[in-house]
Amino acid sequence: MTPTIAILLIITFVLSTVGLLLLIWSIANNQFSHGQAAARTIFSPGEEGHSEDPARAADEPFTGDTSEQTEAIEARWSADQSSRTAVLTWLSSSVFWLLLGSFFGLASSIKMHLPEFLTASEFLTFGRIRPVHLNAVTYGWASMAGIGVALFLIPRLFKTSLVGGKYAVIGGFIWNIGLILGLSAITLGLSDGEEWLEFPWQIDILFVVGGALCAVPLLLTAANRKVEHLYVTSWYLMAALVWFPFLFLIANLPFAFPGASGATVNWWFAHNVLGLWVTPIGIGIAYYMIPKILGRPIISYQLSLIGFWSLALFYSQVGIHHLIGGPIPTWLVTLSIVHSVMMSIPVITVAINHHGTMMGNFGRLKDSPTLRFVWIGALMYTVASLQGSMEALRSINVITHFTHYTVAHAHLGMYAFLSFILFGAVYFIMPRLTNWEWPWRKLISLHFWLVSAGILIYVVSLTVAGWKQGVALLDAAMPFMDIVKMTLPGLQARTVGGALMTLGHLVFAFHFIAMLLRSGAATEQPTLFRPATKENAQ
Amino acid sequence: MKRALAIMVGAALILLLATLTLVVMPYLQMSAEQIPPDLKPYTEQQQRGRQVYIANGCVYCHSQQPRDPSFAPGDKARGWGRPSVPGDYAYDEPHLLGTMRTGPDLFNIGARQPSIDWQLMHLYNPRAIIKGSIMPSYPFLFRHVEEPVEGDKVVNIPPPYGPETGKIVATEDALALAEYMLALDHTYPAPTLPKKQSNSDEPKENRAP
Repeated sequence: MTPTIAILLIITFVLSTVGLLLLIWSIANNQFSHGQAAARTIFSPGEEGHSEDPARAADEPFTGDTSEQTEAIEARWSADQSSRTAVLTWLSSSVFWLLLGSFFGLASSIKMHLPEFLTASEFLTFGRIRPVHLNAVTYGWASMAGIGVALFLIPRLFKTSLVGGKYAVIGGFIWNIGLILGLSAITLGLSDGEEWLEFPWQIDILFVVGGALCAVPLLLTAANRKVEHLYVTSWYLMAALVWFPFLFLIANLPFAFPGASGATVNWWFAHNVLGLWVTPIGIGIAYYMIPKILGRPIISYQLSLIGFWSLALFYSQVGIHHLIGGPIPTWLVTLSIVHSVMMSIPVITVAINHHGTMMGNFGRLKDSPTLRFVWIGALMYTVASLQGSMEALRSINVITHFTHYTVAHAHLGMYAFLSFILFGAVYFIMPRLTNWEWPWRKLISLHFWLVSAGILIYVVSLTVAGWKQGVALLDAAMPFMDIVKMTLPGLQARTVGGALMTLGHLVFAFHFIAMLLRSGAATEQPTLFRPATKENAQ
Repeated sequence: MKRALAIMVGAALILLLATLTLVVMPYLQMSAEQIPPDLKPYTEQQQRGRQVYIANGCVYCHSQQPRDPSFAPGDKARGWGRPSVPGDYAYDEPHLLGTMRTGPDLFNIGARQPSIDWQLMHLYNPRAIIKGSIMPSYPFLFRHVEEPVEGDKVVNIPPPYGPETGKIVATEDALALAEYMLALDHTYPAPTLPKKQSNSDEPKENRAP
């Protein structure tokens, strides 16, 4: 143990010295002086105070009062158009994988309380369709939709056209091929065997290449940018696109980490996929959408930067809280628990910014579908993260570990937080790309209420069932089969919740396809310029 | 561009640090762990069974990592065994520690249910043995034959779970999986249990009724 402690001490010392030097460097370079000016970069000149939400019924888009302002708005319109092919490639694929993943999730849920459901074929056994669900929704839906939204936001944030969009299109095709091969491999029983890393490593190379191809337009567009400030959303997106290929590559190195150390790598990766990949994408999108729709900048720009760096520092080391009580060194577990609790710092700073900006504007949730989805997602980020910090404590974890409680928590994060934000972003983006309006606003409402009711039932039922399961597992006087029976009502309720969510996804996918085909009533002008007659209303 | 690059480099460095502490250091420490002398490497058949275990996702409901009784009293008291140590997994690639206990921990299932007939019957239909079990049945690991031939491993399934005529015969995969189950026996003492744990653990074990 002594050399370990020595290494830890040296690392801590080096780390604090580097941190101090960084602080001195950033003060010397005026990194902290931009303040609120940077928070305003997302608005065109004169746009502040005006809402932008193309999915809103009674919206009167800001089209500029002076010719200069109109020009800026039109420049943004062409920036949006520049990313169209790339964004639509990624978003359309993501909607397909969402549907596929939902059906596999629902079938897995049914199997948990009807064990004889679809047992005849090995391809549909629970232990195969469950990882197909996880990988389809994580790498298919969440990752592809996240990259799609990022590709849309990049030209907007840099106020220029997307450069090298075709690399992202090719990347999208490669990513899809990876998913098809990977999910087929799991179905055929060729899984690599570790959770979140089931795809055979040979296929994983496709994801690294596909992801790296998306970094090309990011870098080219950043080099071409026409804004001085980098808005906080671009920080999150750039970092996420650096982190993912790195993580994915190391965790999938074949034959490198046997035995118990394989478990630490497994969970270091699995939690970083959440913390350093989908979380920065989700938070970054919310940082853009909330102020944009409200027409007011976020309340504290400095705070958002603290939130960003503390997320990077703390989130990257929380993974081993998945192995509390497991056969690994105690210092390692403790390190992850400390960082999990420290995560409350970035979470609270982000919460202050997101919810603080909303203060006094909650009425807008009624008429803006994007805001409603995105803000509820942001709220669930706060809830899920604080819950996660609690779950990492040994006294709580001893109960919740190995139970359905964790599954409920995972869905609170991946669905109520991330997927809600992605839904909101899609409602914002599609009219901008297709120059078409959402044909049936009632379907947006229906989608919202189906998935909201679904996830509510899902999380509440499994949280209660999981907690009771965890308490009972610690009491050896309670026979194991009694615990199984006790969890059944929760598992059945989860199927109901999951069915509602799947229905909601069908509505969403139908509406999405209608947008692609430009169905519904025709409007004469692009959405951006929709109420031409109202141009002087503001 | 300079600032964009600075952010990306900073982000990469932070992840590098996390990789050092969460990947490299544990690897160095754990690969130096002593392999328990009583731990046997898997036979070829057991290794094949392990692949069947992986292919059919047993890991999504079963863990293989009993916790310390002073931390989580239920594990040992349910007969799942002593707390596991890194050395116990020396031959496990990939690891199958698991994160769910929808079903019981299997670290010592071979010691708890040492009969291969029990294992095969349970795989064919868990409800034939355990009423109310929610584990799926695995009929595709078995063959239904009218007349078993020499060398077939016949599994006697109690009615009404078996077929009306003929016999159920285990495939090579089912036999391999069952052999792997039997190999999951870590009842030997663990010489590498961390000192703090083994000191407080030993007397407690003796006290246990």
